[in-house]
Amino acid sequence: MSAHSTAIGVSSKRGVWGGGNEPLKASYGKLMMWFFLLSDIFTFAAFLITYIAIRVSYPAYGGPATEFVGSNEYWPIPELVFDAIPFVHGVHAPLVFVGLMTFILIASSVTMVLAVEAGHRNDRNDVVKWMLWTLVGGITFLSCQAWEWNHFIHGSEGGAVLNYINGISQNVTETVFGANLLVNEYGPASFANLFFFITGFHGFHVTIGVILLFMVFYQAAVGVYDRRGHYEMVEKIGLYWHFVDLVWVFVFTLFYLI
Amino acid sequence: MDIQENKSTLNVVPRNSEKIKKIGKTALILALITGAEFIMAFTMPRGIILYVLFMVLTVWKAKYIMMEFMHLGDEVKPLIYSILIPIVFLFWLIIVLVKEGSDIFNMRWF
Repeated sequence: MSAHSTAIGVSSKRGVWGGGNEPLKASYGKLMMWFFLLSDIFTFAAFLITYIAIRVSYPAYGGPATEFVGSNEYWPIPELVFDAIPFVHGVHAPLVFVGLMTFILIASSVTMVLAVEAGHRNDRNDVVKWMLWTLVGGITFLSCQAWEWNHFIHGSEGGAVLNYINGISQNVTETVFGANLLVNEYGPASFANLFFFITGFHGFHVTIGVILLFMVFYQAAVGVYDRRGHYEMVEKIGLYWHFVDLVWVFVFTLFYLI
Repeated sequence: MDIQENKSTLNVVPRNSEKIKKIGKTALILALITGAEFIMAFTMPRGIILYVLFMVLTVWKAKYIMMEFMHLGDEVKPLIYSILIPIVFLFWLIIVLVKEGSDIFNMRWF
């Protein structure tokens, strides 16, 4: 890169802003990514705290776990709602699948941080390798979530007998299978609504993240960052990806553990 | 087009095994905390003590992700505080909404 660049705000020195210095010792892009993530922390925090608020407004299931039946009178026990794993039918495996999903996302966060570390060393081969692994992790996680949603929507074999007000304002008592926005076999309507909304919004973030990861993977592979002179883009997308992992850590605790 | 054009002109620095070891250590801590949460979910009785423990462990994990993986710990102090201090506002939201939720609980069921 030429040291005598004529364009305003372009400097051969990485990180220096248009004004010629480096506020908070961070580049413009990195600082703005941090501030975007701060706003996203507030968005997700609002959703998750709303979940807590609605949850405490319902009684918890009090009886023994072995006799649990879904009802819209009390909040369900998560380990009895999320107890299925793909390809194995009818096996009670509480939280195993979602635990696996959590490990996949943490693993993809680790490969991401390795990609960022390789970017600091200008090592294109390592960046491409670790970006690819991160991409694989992200896509696997999304696929797992698609299965999880599918299972949640279709529900268990037996369903649950519920008394509720249906779409045309009739009070009905019938066997409900799976979940929709009106009624679900696991617990109060809010339970499924919050599940769809919060994990859906998180999944949307992961989807955007996968697109960004692919973009960075491609640009790194064709040498765009070598010509640019630095691998800062890997760092910025890395921040976003770690944030997605961070949110999942909270979603995991609130939806699946508590 | 010359195929050589695509070759890096940047100085490739060799791997620093100490840094990679540190990343591995952080990953191990995150995996162990998640594993501990998993075990606690099945062995401990449900109740407020367990939920508080879960939240403490979750915030602990969040600290590792933010400070180590996102390198917030390596930034200058003003940047660290400009990210962490606004989060303090959320504690008020938690207090208010938990109170609101339990009031709704009392009105609805008693």
